[in-house]
Amino acid sequence: MLAGVMAAGLRKYLQVLALGLQGHLAYRFNFLARVLFSLIPLTALLMLWRTIYAGKPPGSHVGGYSLEEMLTYYLVAALVNALTAVTEDDWQIAADIRDGNINHLLVKPLDYLGYRLCLFASGRIVYMAVALLPLVLFVWAVGVPLYRPTDPGTWLCFLVSVVLTALLQFFISFALAMLAFWVLEVSTFIFIVYAFEYIASGHLFPLDLLPVPLQQVLQYTPFPYELYFPVSIYLGKTTGAELMQGLAIQAFWTLTAWWLARWAWSRGLRRYGAVGG
Amino acid sequence: MLRRYLRIYAALWANSVTREMTFKTNFLLWIVVELLWFGLQLCFIGVLYLHTEAIGTWTRWEVVLLVGTSHFIQEIFQAFFLINCANLSELVRTGKLDFLLLLPANSRFLVSLRQVDLGSFVNAGTAVAVMVYAADQLDLSLTVGRLLAFLALCLCGILVHYALMFLLASISFWTVKAQGIVWGYYNLFQLARMPDEAFRGLFRFAFTFVFPVLLVTNVPVRVLAEKLDSVFWPCVLVLLAVGCLIVSEWGWRVSLRRYTSASS
Repeated sequence: MLAGVMAAGLRKYLQVLALGLQGHLAYRFNFLARVLFSLIPLTALLMLWRTIYAGKPPGSHVGGYSLEEMLTYYLVAALVNALTAVTEDDWQIAADIRDGNINHLLVKPLDYLGYRLCLFASGRIVYMAVALLPLVLFVWAVGVPLYRPTDPGTWLCFLVSVVLTALLQFFISFALAMLAFWVLEVSTFIFIVYAFEYIASGHLFPLDLLPVPLQQVLQYTPFPYELYFPVSIYLGKTTGAELMQGLAIQAFWTLTAWWLARWAWSRGLRRYGAVGG
Repeated sequence: MLRRYLRIYAALWANSVTREMTFKTNFLLWIVVELLWFGLQLCFIGVLYLHTEAIGTWTRWEVVLLVGTSHFIQEIFQAFFLINCANLSELVRTGKLDFLLLLPANSRFLVSLRQVDLGSFVNAGTAVAVMVYAADQLDLSLTVGRLLAFLALCLCGILVHYALMFLLASISFWTVKAQGIVWGYYNLFQLARMPDEAFRGLFRFAFTFVFPVLLVTNVPVRVLAEKLDSVFWPCVLVLLAVGCLIVSEWGWRVSLRRYTSASS
């Protein structure tokens, strides 16, 4: 009986996932344009680092990174970002609330968070399918001997961490989008948080380059777990007990963000006036 | 003639002030957002120079001067032109361009300068503060002539961006995708705060001559920081500005001829 209910529930969300795949496939050329465009700033950063290393004696390390490791950091970060980044979802959720589009979802036996999570997942799948070939060609063209972990345990931890990263990013974005219940214009708030994420999660540079006290403070915020942490597992910079502790903290932040998203949703619904309904 | 256009422009300013003041909190929050992103770029430079003495020949405060200048150019461009260029495709798509074409004034003037983004002036101010501080750290021996040359080159840079973006926006008369292209070009501005010497080959060529974001910021800063040994690059920038303006005016005229109103 319980299994039957759960199977029916699961089927429902698989259906949403399938719909999401179809919907996102319609935008495959936009995705491709976005992937190709994102390679420009990436190329710029890689060239910038090559120039910096060229000004140093051969074999120099920066923040514990050799040139190859530094370039690998940015390439793996680009891959993790393609797999986990929230691109349109937060704007769409906020717009759904502001324009009253959630009305017709509220009357259906669907959980809005679950529904949105399926759409996010389908978006990432399509994006990855589109991005894979350009990214592989790009890595090949960059011509760095790409560092690869050999130990299957590292690969497993990396994959677990990537999934947690995706969930964490999604729940944070969902919680932020809930502000749309209270204010008309949420984009400024999203951009403010996004700015902090951009620097403190390791988009611009590996966090090992920061002064040590700052690194230690950051370790207890959710930001490094939104990008830096999985990449550092891949590069073998985080291992052993530190790795397990990191995964635990990442899981903690993911659960916290999920709870926050749920809480904000239920509080928001109480205020909801169903505009345009 | 000039007086009439100044009067029209004053009226457009008044409109923009009214518009911004309708959403005061939002207006202030956008200033905060831009300020944060500017601070973030400076942090990035700060972190880089914890680990290196130079990028090519560029030292720490020279790069800070570059980041400040690039922010200044971007904000001034944003204040006058960005929204207007981005909105052109909307005007064409909805047919609202009719109303602007019917007005007894130069249509390009109206389309290009219709809205003013006032918050950008505040952010341009913070950029100037950073530039002054960096110049002080560098102990630059500033002369009035050098400063004027710097400002003139910044102006040329802004005009290059305006001309190119307006040209890209004119693609609206052919396809609805033009808005995406305009924002794509705007995204390239993030390269402008990097020192030109970091780049080589095709990449450097493309962003110096084809999408000249590197040229526009690096040349004025090189003039100000005395990092140039000939007038070749400033001349290139001035000529490029003149060339781009001519081409974009030609592009605008060709495009207007294609316009078939969408609303009627």
